[in-house]
Amino acid sequence: MSEAATEKAVDAAIEESAIKMRGTDVSVFYGEKQALFDVNLDVRKNSVTALIGPSGCGKSTFLRCLNRMNDTIDICRVNGEVTLDGENIYAPMIDVVELRARVGMVFQKPNPFPKSIYENIVYGPRIHGQVSTRAEMDEVVERSLIKAGLFNEVKDRLQEPGTGLSGGQQQRLCIARAIAVSPEVILMDEPCSALDPIATAKVEELIDELRVNYTIVIVTHSMQQAARVSQRTAMFHLGYLVEEGDTDKMFTNPDNKLTQDYITGRFG
Amino acid sequence: MPEAHTVTSYDDDLRFLTRRLSEMGGIAERMVADAVAALVNADTGSAQRVISEDLLLDNGEREIYDKAVLVIAKRQPMASDLREIIGSIRIASDLERVGDLGKNIAKRVIAVHTMAQPRKLVRGLEHLAELALTQLKEVLDAFATRSPDLANSIRERDEEIDAIYTSLFRELLTYMMEDPRNITACTHLLFCAKNIERIGDHATNIAETVYYVATGEQLAAERPKDDDTATMVAPAPGSD
Ligand SMILES: Nc1ncnc2c1ncn2[C@@H]1O[C@H](COP(=O)(O)OP(=O)(O)O)[C@@H](O)[C@H]1O
Ligand SMILES: [Mg+2]
Repeated sequence: MSEAATEKAVDAAIEESAIKMRGTDVSVFYGEKQALFDVNLDVRKNSVTALIGPSGCGKSTFLRCLNRMNDTIDICRVNGEVTLDGENIYAPMIDVVELRARVGMVFQKPNPFPKSIYENIVYGPRIHGQVSTRAEMDEVVERSLIKAGLFNEVKDRLQEPGTGLSGGQQQRLCIARAIAVSPEVILMDEPCSALDPIATAKVEELIDELRVNYTIVIVTHSMQQAARVSQRTAMFHLGYLVEEGDTDKMFTNPDNKLTQDYITGRFG
Repeated sequence: MPEAHTVTSYDDDLRFLTRRLSEMGGIAERMVADAVAALVNADTGSAQRVISEDLLLDNGEREIYDKAVLVIAKRQPMASDLREIIGSIRIASDLERVGDLGKNIAKRVIAVHTMAQPRKLVRGLEHLAELALTQLKEVLDAFATRSPDLANSIRERDEEIDAIYTSLFRELLTYMMEDPRNITACTHLLFCAKNIERIGDHATNIAETVYYVATGEQLAAERPKDDDTATMVAPAPGSD
């Protein structure tokens, strides 16, 4: 191989290794209705990818493809391929429970279990057999709460119900719960839409810190939030991926007219 | 202009900026043209009027700043809207500076109107001003139509102004050498020429801003610079 060709091959390999998840020709149907059309999208390692677009364009649907949450919807059918570290997550031998430990999820409305803060966090690691002794459980609770930026606020009331926390604290508890099982990817579906601006800022700060150790995909209806927290942005419209690229570029000079119209508030 | 925003008052805000800028552009053009005409005709009344008009541009710039800051705070503009607003701020500054330079020429009219003007040099200055005014007029058209091609060609033409300024500079120096009684008048003309050359530079700045607003990309950083008057010395007597 020539030097230039070798270099090119090395670059391609580096590029490839930076990809954590990849969707190839992903189409999703709810019964007869097609919700996603041949979506091809890469999720880069240790970065935040934001999915934006008008309501109903398929952001949540795509997000749910990444950890097979769509399997829980009876009428939902997924075509195409989604890989995690190059491995097809829709392959028959894949253990979905294990997949969801590797690809965790945080929802729009904070949904702690009606149990103590402590129990909320150890639940996942326990069912995945990651912890068994009291010391291990204490350790995972402390570590997860610290990472979620919540430890100092709740350390004296770990036995109190998670549902007694403020909305913003509950959402960070849910993030702590997602982190507790040591996932590689965290999916977030409008995680701040039920939070006030201060709590939102705390979650955004947290997302930025988590990026160092995790790969994050976030659905958000706030363009400003996408611009603030993500490095890559993907714009969906009517089930199609219309543009994907560097966040800085997308919000200053997008290539696609639909993206331009959407982010500047000129939509239909 | 791109299509309408869902929130129509947002379009009103952006239209305000555009309208106010074209008003400022019109005033700046007129000030420069009137100042140069006043210089040629030694018309102090007209020069006085130019000086008083400068206030209009100062106010215009301030209004645009206030509006731009308010729009950013209220609407968190993105992409082309954001570029448009940042561009408005920059263009307003350039136009305000053009007004200052016009005013400065007008002030010199009042200072030199009693002195004998070397006709040939005044005509040279007039020619320089025509070029600068053409640049200014066209860049305002480029802004009105958001035309990146026009903006680009304007920037390239600035070299011509620089070249003529340099030769005028040389002529003025020679003139001063020939007869020291010319020095005062020529010095004033020299500053006027410099002011006009600077007006060309501001037209170039505006062209670069228009290009950025329209395309989201910056023109390449340095265009060839041809003002070597910084190192120029008077020709030795008897040479040439
Ligand atoms: N569980 C479901 N059953 C049937 N249709 C659904 C379901 N979830 C989503 N859809 C449809 O799929 C499309 C995409 O929805 P969704 O992915 O939720 O969009 P977004 O998150 O961008 O608002 C919409 O037309 C929606 O009505
Ligand atoms: Mg959704």
